[in-house]
Amino acid sequence: MTSPVIPIARAGATKQRKRELPRGRPVIPQAIAEVEALIGAAPYRHDLLIEYLHRINDRYHQLGAPHLAALARLLGLAQTEVYEVATFYHHFDIVKENRDGSLAAPPVLTVRVCDGLSCEMDGAKQLLEKLPALLGREVRVIPAPCVGRCEQAPVAVVHQRPVPRATLETVSSEVQAGNFNDEPGKYIDFEAYSRAGGYSLLRDCVEHRRGVESVLKLMEDSGLRGLGGAGFPAGRKWRIVRGEAAPRLMAVNIDEGEPGTFKDRVYLEQDPHRFLEGMLIAAWAVDISAIYIYLRDEYHGCRALLETELAKLQDDPPVPLPKIELRRGAGAYICGEESAMIESIEGKRGMPRLRPPYVAQVGLFGRPTLEHNFETLFWVRELLEKGAAWFTSQGRNGRKGLRSFSVSGRVKNPGVKLAPAGITVRQLIDEFCGGMKEGHTFYGYLPGGASGGILPASMGDIPLDFDTLQPYGCFIGSAAVIVLSSQDTAKAAARNMMRFFEHESCGQCTPCRVGTAKTNALIAKEDWDKPLLAELSQVMRDASICGLGQAAPNPVDTVIKYFPNELG
Amino acid sequence: MSATTPDVRLETEATTIAFLLNGRETKALPGESLLEIADREGIEIPRLCYKEGMEAVGNCRSCMVEIKGERVLAASCCRAPSAGMQVNTESERVLKAQQMVIELLQSDMPEKEYTRHNEVDEWAVKLKVGKPRFAPRPHVQADLSHAAIAVNLDACIQCTRCVRACRDVQANDVIGLASRGQHEKIVFDMDDPMGASTCVGCGECVQACPTGALMPAREVALSVPDKSVKSLCPYCGVGCQLTYHVKDDKILYVEGRDGPANLSRLCVKGRYGFDYSRHPQRLTVPLIRRADAPKSGKFVMDPNNVMQVFREASWEEAIALGGGALRKLRDQFGPKSLAGFGSAKGSNEEAYLFQKLVRTGFGSNNVDHCTRLCHASSVAALLEGIGSGAVSNPVMDVMQAAVVIVIGANPTVNHPVAATFIKNAMRHGTKVIVIDPRRSELSRTAYRFLQFKPDTDVALLNAMMHVIIEENLVDAKFIADRTLGYAELAKNVQGYSPDLMAPICGVPADTIREVARLYARSSGSMILWGMGISQHIHGTDNARCLIALALMTGQIGRPGTGLHPLRGQNNVQGASDAGLIPMMYPDYQRVDDPRALERFSKAWNVPVEKLDDKPGLTVVEVIKGILAGNVKGMYIMGENPAMSDPDADHAREALAKLDMLVVQDIFLTETAYLADVILPASSFAEKTGTFTNTDRYVQLGRQALTPPGKARQDLEIIIDLSRQLGLSWSYGTGERAVAAVFDEMRHTMPSIGGITWERLQAEDSVTYPCEKEGDPGDSVVFINSFPTPTGKAKFVPADIIPADERPDTDFPMVLITGRQLEHWHTGSMTRRSGVLDAIEPDPVAMLNPVDMAALGARPGQLVTIESRRGKVTLYARADESSPPGSVFVPFCFYEAAINKLTNSALDPFAKIPEFKYCAVRLTLGGTAPAQVSFGGGQILEAATAGED
Repeated sequence: MTSPVIPIARAGATKQRKRELPRGRPVIPQAIAEVEALIGAAPYRHDLLIEYLHRINDRYHQLGAPHLAALARLLGLAQTEVYEVATFYHHFDIVKENRDGSLAAPPVLTVRVCDGLSCEMDGAKQLLEKLPALLGREVRVIPAPCVGRCEQAPVAVVHQRPVPRATLETVSSEVQAGNFNDEPGKYIDFEAYSRAGGYSLLRDCVEHRRGVESVLKLMEDSGLRGLGGAGFPAGRKWRIVRGEAAPRLMAVNIDEGEPGTFKDRVYLEQDPHRFLEGMLIAAWAVDISAIYIYLRDEYHGCRALLETELAKLQDDPPVPLPKIELRRGAGAYICGEESAMIESIEGKRGMPRLRPPYVAQVGLFGRPTLEHNFETLFWVRELLEKGAAWFTSQGRNGRKGLRSFSVSGRVKNPGVKLAPAGITVRQLIDEFCGGMKEGHTFYGYLPGGASGGILPASMGDIPLDFDTLQPYGCFIGSAAVIVLSSQDTAKAAARNMMRFFEHESCGQCTPCRVGTAKTNALIAKEDWDKPLLAELSQVMRDASICGLGQAAPNPVDTVIKYFPNELG
Repeated sequence: MSATTPDVRLETEATTIAFLLNGRETKALPGESLLEIADREGIEIPRLCYKEGMEAVGNCRSCMVEIKGERVLAASCCRAPSAGMQVNTESERVLKAQQMVIELLQSDMPEKEYTRHNEVDEWAVKLKVGKPRFAPRPHVQADLSHAAIAVNLDACIQCTRCVRACRDVQANDVIGLASRGQHEKIVFDMDDPMGASTCVGCGECVQACPTGALMPAREVALSVPDKSVKSLCPYCGVGCQLTYHVKDDKILYVEGRDGPANLSRLCVKGRYGFDYSRHPQRLTVPLIRRADAPKSGKFVMDPNNVMQVFREASWEEAIALGGGALRKLRDQFGPKSLAGFGSAKGSNEEAYLFQKLVRTGFGSNNVDHCTRLCHASSVAALLEGIGSGAVSNPVMDVMQAAVVIVIGANPTVNHPVAATFIKNAMRHGTKVIVIDPRRSELSRTAYRFLQFKPDTDVALLNAMMHVIIEENLVDAKFIADRTLGYAELAKNVQGYSPDLMAPICGVPADTIREVARLYARSSGSMILWGMGISQHIHGTDNARCLIALALMTGQIGRPGTGLHPLRGQNNVQGASDAGLIPMMYPDYQRVDDPRALERFSKAWNVPVEKLDDKPGLTVVEVIKGILAGNVKGMYIMGENPAMSDPDADHAREALAKLDMLVVQDIFLTETAYLADVILPASSFAEKTGTFTNTDRYVQLGRQALTPPGKARQDLEIIIDLSRQLGLSWSYGTGERAVAAVFDEMRHTMPSIGGITWERLQAEDSVTYPCEKEGDPGDSVVFINSFPTPTGKAKFVPADIIPADERPDTDFPMVLITGRQLEHWHTGSMTRRSGVLDAIEPDPVAMLNPVDMAALGARPGQLVTIESRRGKVTLYARADESSPPGSVFVPFCFYEAAINKLTNSALDPFAKIPEFKYCAVRLTLGGTAPAQVSFGGGQILEAATAGED
């Protein structure tokens, strides 16, 4: 969250000010020196703007206008070019000068309380209400959109340290103890992974023991689809991008931000090299010259882990590696949208691009780009080792393959559940999650995070997979299943989701920017104006630039459709 | 500003294709969007974020159409059809989406109207959108901090037209799109008040805004104009076309028009600097100096107290007195006792008639104008080298060039609209190399910036030529076929190796080499230069080097190449073309050429022996001539040598010495203050005439206002005065006279022979050479030959000549003079323009913070600058654009007239003074500059005194 800027009367420069300096904000030499100390000497890269902003924000716990002006000067950018990027991302705290030129001091510590649906159901509101008084004035307590730890709800983050199943006491004790960092737990590191036969598949590929065509064919035959949400067949994507002109680039999406989704994090925290090997095989198959991994900022532990393991990999590469850069998000759900992510990697505001052209043709830095979700790449090794038939033999209710469900909400054992595609939510709850939580009865569920709509328990026997939910106005997306009980209402869930969408809309197009806000105003009322909501929903679906705006009406529409009981 | 990918955005077919538009087979041309095709087919599709001439970004979503087989609707502004595509622009689904988008935006519109043409409201009416059903967003505070522009973000629809106007079109990079979602906001710099930001006030954003969220300040554009007049900007040589919107004989506001040099763009002066025409200090009656008011070069004047020195007179009396006295001087002391300064601010017709008056009425060639002070050296070198003083290619050719060198010029300040095209080219991949001692704004995004030491142009340029020759990057065929004198030049630059020159000019040898290679090897290299090149005693040599660079590499005679001296005044090209210079008749026909004399004797119907066959005196020579007692009477029209000439005290002393000085102007200038007779003239917007811009476009300025009081049009005044000198011209009056003079001009000037008055009326702008009626006019010249007797261009070698006055222990710093964005020349117009004066109200000296610290001065403190000739006191502005050891001062401030300090030493060839270099010393403090009845932001302070 950006700190509130105290409104002051908008006054132009005085005559005295005009005598003193040229127009605009002067750049302070000391600020230049401070920024240089953080970002090193020239040449600078415009695409690293967000990385540079992180370095300043990490060091000073805010982005003061003098530092932003200095950064602009060093990069040869206009001040507004830096400012507009910085203000797009909610993890940057921008602080303007006071009237006397001084800067407000940053908060000593920030505690973010996740107000995603699962956390809200488990008491986030109470934490937000009571923590400020408990932690004192020096600690800033603010709500944060889903931090991707829904299985640990409610979650608070003390600076960078996540507090699972947070209570007033646990948060308070972490603050007291000064535990502010997110340290990775135990995982399979480079040595362990290599010892156990890791990277030999990649070597087989690069050293011609496996042919590109056979790998492409196997990927296609497996039917593996993109697991970020859109579900585009992975093998076909490889073939399409391979057919475009070189140089081709690759972008890996670990901006796991869809509320309810945490599978990428869980797998990454366990077995990072399985993903990296899959990534490198894809890069080999598509003949990629550079790879950019985009990791959401909330995953501080994952970042530390990836930095360490990438360094090990690059120090002792099993095969010649393409250029690999790890990029850090900065608090923007929209950057999980593939073209918005590309914009962000280029150092810009994460605003989705209009298509066509598609990123496979014109993507990162204007080059053909293979963009994949983390989990899609995570499965590559196992698929290639076990074969397409192994994968397609899995599945239930007529569907094929495996899905990693991020299950949260009112179930007994939430977490990532690797289950057959096509499983129903009832089967998922009963067979994989130990049933409902004590005292809760299954009432409804969100099959695909915030965007996938809300269904009642009476529709709990629909196979969960790509394409199976569309007839009901829902979709599986990233397979984030949030389970509601009779203690919850779908209306409240819809309000939570719409609040999220309004908060996360990039603001580029009218239907989404204005539509999410107007929808929120309408559903905040007790009586919903259903015909008007329906008209609004239609324009958002038909006319929004990207999937965020197009899918944002889903929770509201499905509440109207399937939960008439709640609307009276 | 959007997330679309420029240049590859539209996936278009390479050839014309057919598709179905509302069921009808329609052809699409390559590159056309669905919206453009619909427009062409007469199908109306709503649009808000789309604006012709800007990148289509597709964010408003009001132009949605349905494409068969696609899941969602498509933004027609960002989609091209593919063969066989079925597009529907009028289905129920499409209409619903369009209506809802408009309703959403309209629901957030304020009650108050900010423009007479709110596009959201207009589309709402067309699409029959009723009263919006959504609650409005929270109120948004207005930002009224800027002198010219009001910001009402409560009417903002985030369409980003202003962002694209500021960034993509004008490339000023002030406006940004900050925050996101509901909080997404148009900001200036870092969400600073517009009036405190780096905004340069070009107003492109206002012109682009569809809702009045950005509007002209003080609601001036809400009134309905009585008329809208297509005319021109009166300021610089770029020659922007514009429209004056007039009500009650007053200009309400100005908009850019789609002229060839400006494509609807304007700068702060063109858009907001028009109200000087109605300033109360306009001269409205002829004035005659009072007998009890003797002249003295040392004065402090206040235009409000004009009657202390002058008395009102009738036109008859004033003309009879002024003209009669000049006639008597001529008859008593001979033709050369008189001189005339015409003006590059006047029209071609005025310039032509003025020089004709001097040549046939005074009987000498003592006629000159301010071109002498700006580009005389460039013109001298160009005439000598390639036979023509005009540019070879228009500024717009930078868009086709691969490499552009901008040297000794600060176009973002002095040719702001031309600068926008240079910046556009830069962003499309043209490598722009800025070479200047001062760090201009253009240098921020330049490919290379060479901050060389002042006065070392020849060293640097010779070193570049040395590299080009040594590395055999020359165009041998071009040199052989089209030039003379190469061997001598090659021999001369042998001694100028980059290693030897690097310490002299302060540019590393490798950088010199790199830039030389870039320039020589590129597919098209262009050089643009300004007065940093010309205003030196070696100005002609500087220009010779640039010409030689172009010739040896063959970088001339094609689009995207060539030589372009950026001309200063709006009609400095035309005034020189029209013969307002002492050595040439119109069209650069030399006064000592018997054939030219013959021609003009016939055309003007005067005996050839009555025409002076010796070049006359130049501007600075006239001043010296007065002091020597040789020049006794002058007629000065629209020029202000008392402010603009070097060593101004000296110039003022001279002007005060004249037996008769007739000044024709719109204000009581410092020069008019020394007059015997003042003739009140018309301002730009009060007359019709043609003006020739820096690109050689002859353009028509049309009268929008009537002259105030008894003020008259300049052309008529010249004609009246001519009668007193025994001439009997018959051109008629009003616009007929203008047309008649233009017709006479074109018959004496072959290069514009084909341009008729009727064609100008119809087309507004015609480029020359245009020798025969119906010729299109050539914007690029020298394609096959040069207009020299041999058809070949000539190399002229140059060696290092140091500045006339180098810094020493007494005067250790270098003074560089020039202009600033908001003020024109001597400030007589712009400091009487409310907005411009408010933005830059006070005299300032731009000093590097390092020098400031050495002086012990805090920013904004008074400093006194002194040279051997004079001193002024003004405010010290800490400005990193000035290199250490130098101070830059604009010459527009009467209360700190910097030309009192400048050196009148002249370039021997072109007689241009060295405005860009003299030695000064700085001391802390001094008496604050005294402002009288104009300047200092008085107009706007008075106008807004009643408000909050």
